[in-house]
Amino acid sequence: MTAQALAQVLASGLLMGLIYALIAVGLSLIFGLMDVVNFAHGEFLMLAMYATFGLVVLTHLDPIVLMPVVVALLFVLGGCAYLGVVRFAMRAKANQGMVQIFATFGLAILLQGAAQYAFGTDYRNVPGSWLGGRTLDAGGVFLPWPQIFGAVVSLAAFGGLHLLMSRTDFGRALEATREDQGAVALVGIDRNRVFALGWGLGAALVGLAGAVLAVFYYIHPQVGASFALIAYVTVALGGFGSVGGALVAGIVVGLVEAFTAVILPPAMKSVGVYALYLAVVFVRPQGLFGRL
Amino acid sequence: MLLEVRSLSTAYSGLLAIQDISIDVAENEIVVVAGANGAGKSTLLKSIAGMERPRSGSVTLDGARLDGLPGHVITQKGVAYVPENKRLFPRLSVADNLRLGSYLHRAAADREAPLERVFALFPRLKERLPQRAGTLSGGEQQMLAIGRALMTRPRLLMLDEPSQGIMPKLVDEIFDAITTIRATGVTILLVEQRLAESLSIADRAYVLQTGRLILQGPAANLRDDPEVRRAYLGL
Repeated sequence: MTAQALAQVLASGLLMGLIYALIAVGLSLIFGLMDVVNFAHGEFLMLAMYATFGLVVLTHLDPIVLMPVVVALLFVLGGCAYLGVVRFAMRAKANQGMVQIFATFGLAILLQGAAQYAFGTDYRNVPGSWLGGRTLDAGGVFLPWPQIFGAVVSLAAFGGLHLLMSRTDFGRALEATREDQGAVALVGIDRNRVFALGWGLGAALVGLAGAVLAVFYYIHPQVGASFALIAYVTVALGGFGSVGGALVAGIVVGLVEAFTAVILPPAMKSVGVYALYLAVVFVRPQGLFGRL
Repeated sequence: MLLEVRSLSTAYSGLLAIQDISIDVAENEIVVVAGANGAGKSTLLKSIAGMERPRSGSVTLDGARLDGLPGHVITQKGVAYVPENKRLFPRLSVADNLRLGSYLHRAAADREAPLERVFALFPRLKERLPQRAGTLSGGEQQMLAIGRALMTRPRLLMLDEPSQGIMPKLVDEIFDAITTIRATGVTILLVEQRLAESLSIADRAYVLQTGRLILQGPAANLRDDPEVRRAYLGL
């Protein structure tokens, strides 16, 4: 492998890895907050992509300009998912964990079905972003601009999330709730409100990822599933609940995937990622940055 | 009366932990609820704080019903509760724990106003600000829990066994602090097994036994009551 080819694999892997991290972080955030795995996470991503598509068709604006609208829509969707579904699943008297899994899994099936009904099964492409199809030629290493943009957005989102968690009252309320959800009432915090906002935030982050992805990836009702699988691997690898872990693990997953694609046939490009995942589960079940 | 508890009963999976309890706490009093382990003291405080839902009876603060309200609303109404296990946020710093205490007043310009008072009460908290709450000693955790409760600016402060599991030297410090807190206008409802110490700072006392109220009166009377002296003070 030439140095140039190596640089190409590294750079492509890094860019996709940062986007994977952005897809995964909302999942990790919600899990850390309340020990609930959102099995509809991929469908949130899918809906964000359709929302981008729909808004572009309606307004003829560039998808990049419409990103904040998609993020806001997903924030509302996340809050509603908690208030309308998860909140009730958490009241289950027995097998609470199972009830939560099936509740969010059921939500996933519902959202997929609804998307199929509303948008059909055709593959869609977001028409005309000025980023679309452009490539940066960095000394023989070719990088698509939409992915560079996605990686920058991801880094900015992680930076913003860090500031939110460490500097604001809402961030402290989130941290306190994930520490001891039964104790926040002692300082007058309504944990249900924190949960709803946490779901909103988690969905808003995957919404941002969906808006970024929609610029260069085809959209169909099942598009969430493949990315969701990568997101679950990323979260497990980084440590369930760890925000920084999601960032590092996303990059690792992107790099491993890029290198696997060089060594193995393209159809098997995911094998490396899942092999790594299995290895981590055996050696360090709490993930790289998780706590037991 | 600031706090009126009337015929309160609370059950855990069908078993009554407290039964038909009525107590009063007047503005600026220190009232102690005493009794052996399992007498229902903690359940009484939890039921007032909204952490347990009473089966029957009522709780009012200044005439307004508290029972049935969620815990965070009861805190907003001015009832701060320091549970037996303190329930600090152990991975957060001492500073963050205190700042969470003033969450309700986050929009106020003088948000951190009670902090001076907390540091005056417990100077060692000021030295520990960047430290994680979980790394504090038992006594310091108790101080932080009381400090965090004071940051909510309560009218009524409820303390569950503040002397439990801490060094004897610090026990006096905690009891002194309780008297000082009362002097700043906060009413205190204290649950304690250390009856001698608590009777010496309290105005009135109630004694619970297996979920029922068996004795009540001014603290001085209870201190002189031969039955109390024999059963609880070991005299």
